[in-house]
Amino acid sequence: MQSSKNVKYTSEENPSFVKKKILMSMYAIFGATGIYLWWLLYIKLHGLSSWLTHELFQIEKGSHFGASIEFFFYDTPKVMMLLFLVVFGVGIIRSFFTPEKTSAILSGKSEFAGNILAALLGIVTPFCSCSAVPLFIGFVTAGVPLGVTFSFLIAAPMVNEIALGLLYALLGWEIAAIYMGTGLFIAVFAGWIIGKLGLEKYIEQWVKNINADAGAKSEIKITWHDRIVYGWDAVKEIIGRVWIYVILGIAIGAVIHGYIPEKVMASFMGNKSWWSVPLAVGMGIPMYSNAAGIIPVVEALLGKGAALGTVLAFMMSVIALSFPEMVILRKVLKPRLIGVFIGVVGGGILIVGYLFNLVI
Amino acid sequence: MDIKILGPGCAKCKKVEKTVKKVVSETDSNAIVEKVTDLMEIATYGVISTPAVIVDGKLKCSGKVPGKNDIRKWLKS
Repeated sequence: MQSSKNVKYTSEENPSFVKKKILMSMYAIFGATGIYLWWLLYIKLHGLSSWLTHELFQIEKGSHFGASIEFFFYDTPKVMMLLFLVVFGVGIIRSFFTPEKTSAILSGKSEFAGNILAALLGIVTPFCSCSAVPLFIGFVTAGVPLGVTFSFLIAAPMVNEIALGLLYALLGWEIAAIYMGTGLFIAVFAGWIIGKLGLEKYIEQWVKNINADAGAKSEIKITWHDRIVYGWDAVKEIIGRVWIYVILGIAIGAVIHGYIPEKVMASFMGNKSWWSVPLAVGMGIPMYSNAAGIIPVVEALLGKGAALGTVLAFMMSVIALSFPEMVILRKVLKPRLIGVFIGVVGGGILIVGYLFNLVI
Repeated sequence: MDIKILGPGCAKCKKVEKTVKKVVSETDSNAIVEKVTDLMEIATYGVISTPAVIVDGKLKCSGKVPGKNDIRKWLKS
C-alpha cells in the first residue's frame, strides 16, 4: 500500500506512520458502521421475540409458558449484544491501566485515602482471579499496605465493570450507581478495617522473604492498534467463557418471570421479613457465577417485586465471594486472614442489604 | 535465546505456552522455551499479572496472550 500523490512525507511522517493513520481511519469507519448496524438490530429485538414466541411457535399470549419463552427470546440476544459492546469498550479502557502501574500508584499510600484510590483502581485494572497471587505478592513487596491491597482485591471482583454496563443498559443509571457506590463503600471500609486490625502476621512467611529487586526489565509498549486488538481479544475471551452462564442466568430469569407469583416473591425476598437479607447472602456465597450471568436473574427478581436491598446483597455475594478465589488466596494467606476477609466483606454486604431495604 | 513463560497454569497461561512453542518451531529458531509455574519463582521476576513472557531477561508481555506477530518480532531481535 502506498501513498496517494497528495501525501507528502515530512521527516516524522514516514510510510509506516501514514500506514498507521490509514489503519486508524479504517477502524473509525468500520466502528461507526458497526455501531449503526448494531443499533438497528437492537431496536428490533422486542418485535422479533414477540413474533418468534407467538407467531412462529404459536404459544398463547398471557400464559406462563409464553411469558417465560418471550423473556428468554428477548433477553438472550439483548444481553449478548450489550455484552459485546460493553466488553469491547471496557477492554479499550482497561488497556490504559495495568496492575504494574496501579501497584506503583498505591505503593506507600496512606490509609483511607489509599483505600479509596485502591477501590477505584480495582474497578478499571484488568485482573483475573488466577493472577490474584502474583498480584498480591507484587502489591505487598512494592510497599502497598495490607488494608489497601485488600480494598483493591475486594473492589476488583465486587464492582465488576461488565455488570455495571449491563445494569445501566437493562435497569437504568440509578441501579447502576447504587451498585457501584455500595460496592466501593464495602471495599473501602472492609480494607480499612483489615488494615486497622494489623493482620500482617497472617501472611505466609515465604511472601515476606521475596526479593523482587532483580526483576525482569519491562519492554512493553502499547499503541492504539494494540488497544483495539486488546478490546477485541477481551470480547472473544470473555464472551467465549461466560456465554453459558448468561444463557443459564436468562433461563432462570425466564422461569422467575413466567411462573413465580409476585406474592411468593414478596414473602421471601421482600423488605418485610428480616431474614431475607442473610438468606440471600447465605445462598449467594457458595454460588459461583459471573457478573454477566447474574444480571438477568437480578432483572427478573426486581421485575417481580423483590426488594432492592435483598437483590443487591444476593448479587454481591455471588460475585464478590467465590470459593475458587479463596482456594487461590490460601497460598499466600493464613486461614485466619481468609476468615476475616469473608467475615468483613459478608458483613458489609449485609449492612448494604438492610440499608437499602430500610430506605426504599 | 532464552524464553520464559510465567504462569501458575490457568487456561490463558497454557495458551501462551502453546502459541510460543508453535511459533518457535515454525521459525526454526534456536530459542529454548521454559515454563515457570512456581509462584515463588514468578514473584522474584517482579511480574504482577500472569501470563507473562520474558525473553533474555526482558519482560515482553504481561497479563495477556501475545499475538503470533509479536512473538515473531521477539524472536528476530
